[in-house]
Amino acid sequence: MITTVQNDGGRLVVALMGELDHHAASGVLAEISARIDLALPRACVLDLSALNFMDSSGIAVVLKAYRQMRELGGTVAVKRVPPQPLRVLRAAGIDRLVTVEPLE
Amino acid sequence: MKELNSLKLEFPSRSINEGLARAAVAALCAQLDPTLDELGDIKTAVSEAVTNCIVHAYPDVIGTISLRARIFESGEIEVTVRDRGVGIADIERAKEPSFTTGGEERSGMGFTIMESFMGSLRVRSTPGRGTVVVMRKRLARRV
Repeated sequence: MITTVQNDGGRLVVALMGELDHHAASGVLAEISARIDLALPRACVLDLSALNFMDSSGIAVVLKAYRQMRELGGTVAVKRVPPQPLRVLRAAGIDRLVTVEPLE
Repeated sequence: MKELNSLKLEFPSRSINEGLARAAVAALCAQLDPTLDELGDIKTAVSEAVTNCIVHAYPDVIGTISLRARIFESGEIEVTVRDRGVGIADIERAKEPSFTTGGEERSGMGFTIMESFMGSLRVRSTPGRGTVVVMRKRLARRV
């Protein structure tokens, strides 16, 4: 699910691929949480460009990262979001909480 | 309303089957030539309904989930997801955005997404007996 993790200059970029549903979510949630704890970044970017499918389980993943980064005084952004995950994030109003950028 | 095709699936409430249920309904729905957005909406709603069974209906046991999908000449799709699990005592509360008993791994947005992505959603439930979710969506006519 997690393809690459980059950490440069306080910015942690986590790229996801495949299908993010409840089956995949607990592993992804734990992995991102551990990466944030390890890197203590100022900003966490979730790159969804290779995500084929996401349901509301993905919302829980974004919210968990948001809460964790807020405790650190940092920010979360969800970037390069394909159309289907974008519809889910918008239906949940996540774009009012964190920066959400569509895939171009 | 003339039925064009249908499928019935029964599977154990293991999370790996969320993808199976989505894929089966998507393959049936594809026969109606949906747009990518419509197909994505239906897959998402099916995923939410099946996940609810796995997380909430059968919290500590593996139970059976029954799924039925039908497509109609009118361009409508109907998906019924049934479990024999714990049931929902207060359906209106369960439908409230952000209300969840599933802990931090759940967002509480499942019913909200089913409602906004499908044309209609009906939920019937009896505590101790199980829950039936029926979702319908009419696909836009392609010119």
